[in-house]
Formats: sequence, C-alpha cells, structure tokens
Amino acid sequence: MQNLTLILLLAAMAGGAFYAGRRRSFAVVGGPAHGAQLHSLPGYYGYFTLIWCLLPALGLFFVWVLLEPKVIVALIVQSLPDPQRMVSEGELNLLVNNIRNLAAGDAISGDADAVMRDAAERYNEYLAASRRVLATLTLGIAGLGGAIALRRIRPEFRARNRVEQVVLYLLIAASSIAILTTIGIVLSVLFEAIRFFREVSLTEFLFGLTWSPQTAIRADQVGSSGSFGAVPLFTGTLLITTIAMVVAVPVGLMTAIYLAEYSSSRVRAVAKPLLEILAGIPTVVYGFFAALTVAPWVRTAGEAIGLEVASESALAAGLVMGIMIIPLVSSLSDDAIHAVPTAMRDGALGLGSTRSETMIKVILPAALPGIVGGILLAVSRAIGETMIVVMAAGLAANLTANPFEAVTTVTVQIVTLLVGDQEFDSAKTLAAFALGLVLFVVTLCLNVIGLMFVRKYREQYE
Amino acid sequence: MAGMTEMKITEEEAMPEARSADSAVEPARHRPMGATARKAVERVTELGEQTVGEVRCENPFIVTENVDVYYGDNHAIQNVTLEIGKSEVIALIGPSGCGKSTYLRCLNRMNDSIESARVTGKIALDGQDIYGSDLDPVALRARVGMVFQKPNPFPKSIYDNVAYGPRIHGLAADRAELDDIVHTSLDRAGLLKEVKDRMDEPGTGLSGGQQQRLCIARTIAVNPEVILMDEPCSALDPIATARIEDLIDELSQDYAIVIVTHSMQQAARVSKRVAYFHLGRLVEVDETDKIFTNPRHKLTEDYITGRIG
Ligand SMILES: Nc1ncnc2c1ncn2[C@@H]1O[C@H](COP(=O)(O)OP(=O)(O)OP(=O)(O)O)[C@@H](O)[C@H]1O
Ligand SMILES: [Mg+2]
Repeated sequence: MQNLTLILLLAAMAGGAFYAGRRRSFAVVGGPAHGAQLHSLPGYYGYFTLIWCLLPALGLFFVWVLLEPKVIVALIVQSLPDPQRMVSEGELNLLVNNIRNLAAGDAISGDADAVMRDAAERYNEYLAASRRVLATLTLGIAGLGGAIALRRIRPEFRARNRVEQVVLYLLIAASSIAILTTIGIVLSVLFEAIRFFREVSLTEFLFGLTWSPQTAIRADQVGSSGSFGAVPLFTGTLLITTIAMVVAVPVGLMTAIYLAEYSSSRVRAVAKPLLEILAGIPTVVYGFFAALTVAPWVRTAGEAIGLEVASESALAAGLVMGIMIIPLVSSLSDDAIHAVPTAMRDGALGLGSTRSETMIKVILPAALPGIVGGILLAVSRAIGETMIVVMAAGLAANLTANPFEAVTTVTVQIVTLLVGDQEFDSAKTLAAFALGLVLFVVTLCLNVIGLMFVRKYREQYE
Repeated sequence: MAGMTEMKITEEEAMPEARSADSAVEPARHRPMGATARKAVERVTELGEQTVGEVRCENPFIVTENVDVYYGDNHAIQNVTLEIGKSEVIALIGPSGCGKSTYLRCLNRMNDSIESARVTGKIALDGQDIYGSDLDPVALRARVGMVFQKPNPFPKSIYDNVAYGPRIHGLAADRAELDDIVHTSLDRAGLLKEVKDRMDEPGTGLSGGQQQRLCIARTIAVNPEVILMDEPCSALDPIATARIEDLIDELSQDYAIVIVTHSMQQAARVSKRVAYFHLGRLVEVDETDKIFTNPRHKLTEDYITGRIG
C-alpha cells in the first residue's frame, strides 16, 4: 500500500473517531437532551477520541518510515555474498545505490550482474513486506487507540482537560522548533569551529594579520598550507559597518523625526510606504547598484579631487549598505518617537517650547532607548549583510582603514570559502564555521548590550 | 439638592485643612444652597445663541468674542463670548464632550498642534489679539501656562522638570538664579519639603499627587500670567485634591486661573465665577454662588442637580 493512501485512510479514521466520540458521549448520558450532565462539551469527547486514534498511529508511522531504509539496506548487505561485502565503505555505498536504482527500475552505473539483480529483487520484496506490515500496524493501532478512548468516555470524564493538555504539548513542541534549531545551528557551528581550531590556533585566527585561505587540495599540489589570520576581515567588516552607520543613523533618524513630528499626514501617507518599499528591495539589487553605479561614481569623484580609489571600494559598499539600512533605522526610530506619549509633547509645548526644543529636549531623550535598540539592530544587520559587499567591496583581504581601498568582510569570506568544490574537512572549509561563530558571538553580544541599555533607560524613566 | 448640601458638609468635616479661610476667593463655601430660592425664578429653557448671565467682568484680562472652533466638520465650540478677569478663578463645567477642553486649549493656542482644528473669532490677552499674525504662539504659551488632566512630568529629574521652562526661555542668568527659581516654584507648589533631598531623582518616580504639583511648579517656574488647568485633580485622591485646591487659592492672588472640572464641589470651592458649557455652547456664566444657588438656565439647573452629565 502506498504511504499516501495510508495517510488518507488514517485521516478518514480520525474523522470517524471524532464523530464516534461525540456520539458516544451523548449515548453515555442518554441522548443530546442530557448533554449538560457531561463534564465537557461533546466536541471535546470527539477530539479526545481523535487524538487517541491518531497520535500513536502517526508516531509509529513516522518512526517506521525513518528507520525503514536503513533496516532494509542492512538486511540486503547481510545477504550479499562475501566477496561483495568485503569491500571499502565507498564501494559498498555505490553498490547499495546501484541495487536501489535497479530495484526502482532506474539507470545504473556499470552493468548489473546476477548478484545485483538478485539483491534488487529482494530489496523490492522487503520493501513491499515492510509496507504491508506498516499499514496493518498503523491502522490497527489507530483502531485500537480509538476503541480505548471510546471505552473511557463517561459523563464525569474530563475530556476537555485532556484535550487541552495535548494542545498545550503541541504548542510547546511548535515553539521548541525555533529554539532547537537555533541550538542545533550553534552547536554544529561550534563543533566545526573546534575542529578548525585544532588545525589553526585560536590566537593565530583572532590576531593574525594575513588572510589567505588557499590550502592544497591534493597532497602533491604546489601551494601553501594557507594563512588564517582574520584581523583583515574584522577590520574590513568594521570599516564597512561604520561607513554604513554613518550614512544610515543620521539620515534615518532625521527622516523619522520629520515624519513623526513635522510632516503633514498627507506627506506621511506617501513617504512611509515608499520607505517600506526601499526596505523591501532585494539586497542583490542594491549589490549591483553598488558595483555598477556607486563604485565607479566614487572612483571618478575621488579621482577628481586627486585621490587614488580602487574600483571596488569599502566606501561604495558602505554607502549603499547605509542606504539599505535607512528604512530600518527610520522605521524603528519612528516607532520609538511615536511611543512617547502625547502628554509629554503637550507638556513641553504648553510651557512654551518650540517644536525643535520639544523634540530635542523632551521627545528624543524619552525615545532614546527605542532608538538605541533600533540602531543596534541596524548594526547587526550591517555586520551580517553579504550580497552588497560581495558585489561591491571586493575579495582582497587588505588590512586598511582607508575607505577608498578594496576590503573584504567576514560574510564575504564565508561565501567564497564555501562556493565551488572543496573537501568538507579541510581547514579552508572549516574556517567558514569559525568565521560564522565569530559573527554569531558578535551579534549576540550586540543584542545583549542593546537590551541591557534599553532596560536601564526604561527603569529610569518609568 | 439636599444630597448635595449634605455631601458638602461631610467633605468639609473630613478635610478641615483644605478649608483655609479666604472667603474672597471661595465665595460659595459658607453659603447655604437653598432649594427654595431656586424654585422662585423662571428659567430659560431653550439652547439659544445667547449666553445667560454675565459674560463681562470688571477688569477683563482675557477677552474671547464670538469664538467658534471646528474639528473638520465638527463644530465643537459655537459662538462663545466670555471675559476672564485678572486674578480671578473661573471654572468651566459641563457634560463630557461639550467643548470645555477645546475652549481651554484655544486660550494658549494648543489647538494649533491638531491638524484638523480651526479657530475663528477674536481672542485677546491683555488687549492683544493672540491669533494675530504678529503673535508667536511659543511666546504666548510662556504667558499662558497649562496644567493637564493627567500629570505629565518629563522623564527627567525633579530639578530638570522645573528648570526646563526657565532654561528654554533663558530666565536665569546663572546656576544660582536657576536654583532659586526651581526652589521658589517648588515651594509655591507646596512640594519643596517633600522633594528637597531628592531633586536628582526622576520626576516620574513621584506619587500622582506629587507629580501634579510638580507639573504646577513647572508651569509657575516660567512665571506666566494665566494658568489653564484641565481637570487637574481627576487622577488624584481627595487629600491630594485638597492640596491642589489650596494651591489654586494661593495662586489666584497672582494669576488668572481657568479650571475645567467635573466636580461641582470643586468648582464651588475654588472659583469666583462658573461657566456652564453644553454641546459646544456657553449656556450660562455667573458668580459661583449665583450659579449654584440660583441658576437662570434650565440646562444649568439640570446639570448641577445631577439630571444630566
Ligand atoms: N483632537 C480632536 N480631533 C477631533 N475632534 C475632537 C478633538 N478633540 C475634541 N474633539 C471633539 O470636540 C468636542 C469637544 O471635545 P472636548 O475635548 O473639548 O470636550 P470636553 O468638554 O473637554 O469633554 P471631557 O469633559 O470629556 O473632557 C467633542 O465632540 C470631541 O469629539
Ligand atoms: Mg476635556
């Protein structure tokens, strides 16, 4: 039986269980007229039965489907004649793959010999048997669960509490997905990074001044063992982020002040959506805007005043990144300014402050925590931004504070390390995880500091 | 009616300290309000153009002539003419939504910050048209201070709250002078004793009543000529209210005070004149005791006896 059919059958059984549970609840009190004698609403008895019918069966189904291929492959390998079994792991994998393809009727690499055909046939047999057993077991358990649930229905049975309990677990499970994913990613990055630090020392990575991650892929290749001093990447990131913030913070803040306090509602109605469009442009678009328009422009402008400017410069990337971040800064600051109660504004105006005095002396200080929070978020965003820098800032890991030179950033290097062919355990690849770890730690610190800052101000002003 | 008289007596017994004697300022306090006196007069019943009572006063400081206020299409204040004397307390009463706050906000042009609001008519402060093109609303608001319904201290220290106005208007030449202004203002607002050791703590950390007195101190620190108060006690308990009312008594010697209130007792206690608003119209204005003992308009009578509002 196909798994899809099985699922559909299960769904049908679940529906049936719901109605059976409901009817049974009426039956135990002697008809819908006596529904008030039930502890819970009749629907809850239906859901209770449905849960008993569905959950155990689904659990078994998924475990089975997960384990099935492994078990079958193990059985096949067991049954292979010795000569085929006593090969290297890689060759065995290839063999098993071929057997599977053969079983599915797909093309295989090389010729199929008798042993393989034999194995493929057995593979199909096992698969069919497994499916049969699975179907019987699942449907059986579903039926059994439903029946048990039905038998437990009594007028005083607390079906609602049970159902709500299950729903609660479902909610917890759903919210754990995000948390578990985060933990999983952090752990995998951490472990890979630790592997990297076995090959390259932490101090070299954090304080080394040259970054040239080319390692020899084959042992006989000429080349180097690579050099993994990440300082040029950190300074590059810092440089570009600084330029971006120098653009985004004043412009974004002034935009927010204008929109929140000075603009008429008509200007606001047009400007706000436009800003949101700016925020919605894909970063690739910003990237080629940076590379094709802004970078040449920066170069011409620089040359006009007699400066040496690389065609890919930190300045171009930073400027464009700043523009990209303006909507983020302005909309978060706008929210913060709007959150300041009108009473504050009226109080200041009522004392004879001008609009600008009201803004600078009362509203901005009150909105500061929110604004700082917004700026820190923007910094995180700038540090993590990749596309614009890949396209506009270049790949050269120069250690410089000169915004007219090409620099590279942590994110760009992660991309270049992982693009193209590579071994998954070479220092070059693992370096990406180490960089990722640094990125993660830095943004985490930024967020924590930001939150602490915001909280401190809140306490003061509440 | 009898209920109201009774309530007044109990309140007086409960808060003797609030009753500091100054009958010139609180004319209604010791006079009985007789139900019999009220029946004798024939009352105006229709809500017409004409305000009943005496809209003029002896020594007018604020003069509003035929003032109309619109919020978009909503005609919130209709043809209001009223004079407010120098160093008098006038109370604005009336049911919710009748336009008391709107009228009050005309007097210091706070309605300017509401986009849809439009004010017509003539409003003069000490003979000067405050809606005239040569008048700066910022300067006006320094002369006409305002205290709001909910205490709204700035998220700054107590000191900085009071010093805010003098600082922006450059009233103090140096720090010593500023200290002096801050201390006198807090003292006049009756708050100095409670806060003099905690001037650097945030003003928002005070109790509601203290916050309201801080806001009053903040207002008088600018040395205005008029103080507008929009339900200044509605968020306060009776004791804090009594303190603010005492304060109004004291301040009324130097300032013209316009106070909006929902409490008839409060109006009776603090004001010299009372103006009754109804649906955007000024229905009746008169001496406080006349209004409360012998209102000439049916609507006023209904309101103060508790039949509307
Ligand atoms: N900002 C505003 N925008 C539009 N209409 C307003 C605004 N403020 C007040 N109004 C309208 O003007 C009328 C008078 O309101 P106002 O606030 O002056 O009443 P009020 O007498 O102060 O009432 P309350 O005693 O409840 O404070 C009401 O109909 C109100 O809906
Ligand atoms: Mg009001």
